[in-house]
Amino acid sequence: MNWLSCYTLFKKEVLRWVKVWLQTVLAPVVTAWLYLLVFGHVLEGRVEVFDGVSYTQFLIPGLLMMTVIQNAFANTSSSMIQSKVMGSIVFILLPPFSALEMFFAYIGAAVMRGLAVGVGVFVLAVWYADVPIDNFFIILLFAVLGSYTLGALGLIAGMWAEKFDQIAAFQSFLIVPLTFLSGVFYSINSLPDMWAALSRWNPFFYMIDGFRYGFFGQSDQPVLFSFLAMAAAALLLTVVCLVLLQRGYKLRDA
Amino acid sequence: MARAVSNPSRNELVNPVTAPKKAITIDGVSKRYGSLQALDNVSFDIYQGEFFGLLGPNGAGKSTLISALAGLLRVDQGNLSIMGADVVKDYRRARQNLGVVPQEIVMDPFFTVRETLEFQSGYFGVKNNEQWIDELLEQLNLADKAHTNMRKLSGGMKRRVLIAQALVHKPQVLVLDEPTAGVDVELRQSMWRFVRRLHREGHTIVLTTHYLEEAEELCDRIAIINKGQMIALESKEDLLARGLGSTLHVRATHTIDAIPKEFKARITKLEGNVLEMSLKRDVDSVMDILDRLRAASMKIDYVSVVNDKLEDVFVRLTGNQGGN
Repeated sequence: MNWLSCYTLFKKEVLRWVKVWLQTVLAPVVTAWLYLLVFGHVLEGRVEVFDGVSYTQFLIPGLLMMTVIQNAFANTSSSMIQSKVMGSIVFILLPPFSALEMFFAYIGAAVMRGLAVGVGVFVLAVWYADVPIDNFFIILLFAVLGSYTLGALGLIAGMWAEKFDQIAAFQSFLIVPLTFLSGVFYSINSLPDMWAALSRWNPFFYMIDGFRYGFFGQSDQPVLFSFLAMAAAALLLTVVCLVLLQRGYKLRDA
Repeated sequence: MARAVSNPSRNELVNPVTAPKKAITIDGVSKRYGSLQALDNVSFDIYQGEFFGLLGPNGAGKSTLISALAGLLRVDQGNLSIMGADVVKDYRRARQNLGVVPQEIVMDPFFTVRETLEFQSGYFGVKNNEQWIDELLEQLNLADKAHTNMRKLSGGMKRRVLIAQALVHKPQVLVLDEPTAGVDVELRQSMWRFVRRLHREGHTIVLTTHYLEEAEELCDRIAIINKGQMIALESKEDLLARGLGSTLHVRATHTIDAIPKEFKARITKLEGNVLEMSLKRDVDSVMDILDRLRAASMKIDYVSVVNDKLEDVFVRLTGNQGGN
């Protein structure tokens, strides 16, 4: 493992989104805040959530996690597809990177962007409503695991895609529906049995539910189960990513 | 005692003790894309310190070969190594020894010139490289653009940054894939001055170019690839000697209407008072030919002889009049 190579690629990937922070950080923070404003105002008192938790309070961790994971996905997928389409991927393929070095650099930068956006949403949310924190370690653990997992998924999508619209389709038809149907705006226990059962097959549900546990100390699923489900997803995607990077899937001409 | 061994890529005997060390080894490399055989069992060596030309028409397989060397594609069969390191099995050492200037002008639009070079240096694991980066910026006339975003550079400047990126980790072998395409004369000359300096300092240079006069001027040895096969691998002098010879240009004081019968097959141009005919190397005597033209009542006003260029040899070998 060449740590300097890995760190340099990580630094470059972080600077890539920092340099356009208006688009990569502020814009998603504002979007999340608008969701909070509109949904919080319209649905406050109309939707049953956890005992002793207002709807706006309930909504905040869901929106926060949704923004974190969507931006982690966007970071790796957009970086990969941009450099492929523009040809600058050659600067990454010519140096002697191992698959592991590339993986850690890309995922590390995605996690950093996810956390930066998360902090932005949290700061606005705290200003807007009273947000309890039951266990900060669990909040951080799930935020890192969620952005890691979606960063890995974004990397796979970026390697697979050959055009920008394929990434957009991946986001529109997979990432957005799965996040919206994962319990961001509601507790799955309030759903009819069939929909609640279906939601349990949605891996994004466990990210949101475990993350929410860190705030309220209560969740739809036992937090350990959510953690194990997420860890399994992260492990699976890590293995897939490393195999694809090792083979140079759609990067190095086979 | 040194034992002479056969070098199959050059079909000659070499002494393993005195033989020059190999910078690049290409051994039986084949690559197929569908029905197109891009490389067909290509083998040759490039020695340390050489200025080597890799020529061929468009689609001949040059860039495929360079991509295979750089690890950008995997070949179907054969092996490639750089400074003794296999490009697949020992890819770290192979790539550490290789700098490639890609054919296309590509850049990362987020960063400045200096940032671009610092990142590239770090990717290769080179620490504290500021001095060399400064020197590269200076040598390639980029010092005043060090803090300019890559997007704001002209095409020629972007090309210079690509050269700096290829050199930032101080590789032993530098591959220039058509580096002067679309580059103005001034930049081309300053670029060649710099590349010549690198060559003098011991770097192995591999050049592919569409400008055959550049290859003729710069390269010690030249390989010509056509349709995925290597059709020539010789020193520049030997390759030039393959030419038909030279061309005799004659201008008469009058319209030329009578030519000795034995010359007619060799006339390449006959317009008004101008005659051009090919000369066979080491066979024809210019003085004899001129005497016979005078004997055919031609009054000669001006005579010149132009030797065959690499381009003539290239066109003849590749049979591609419209190619490079």
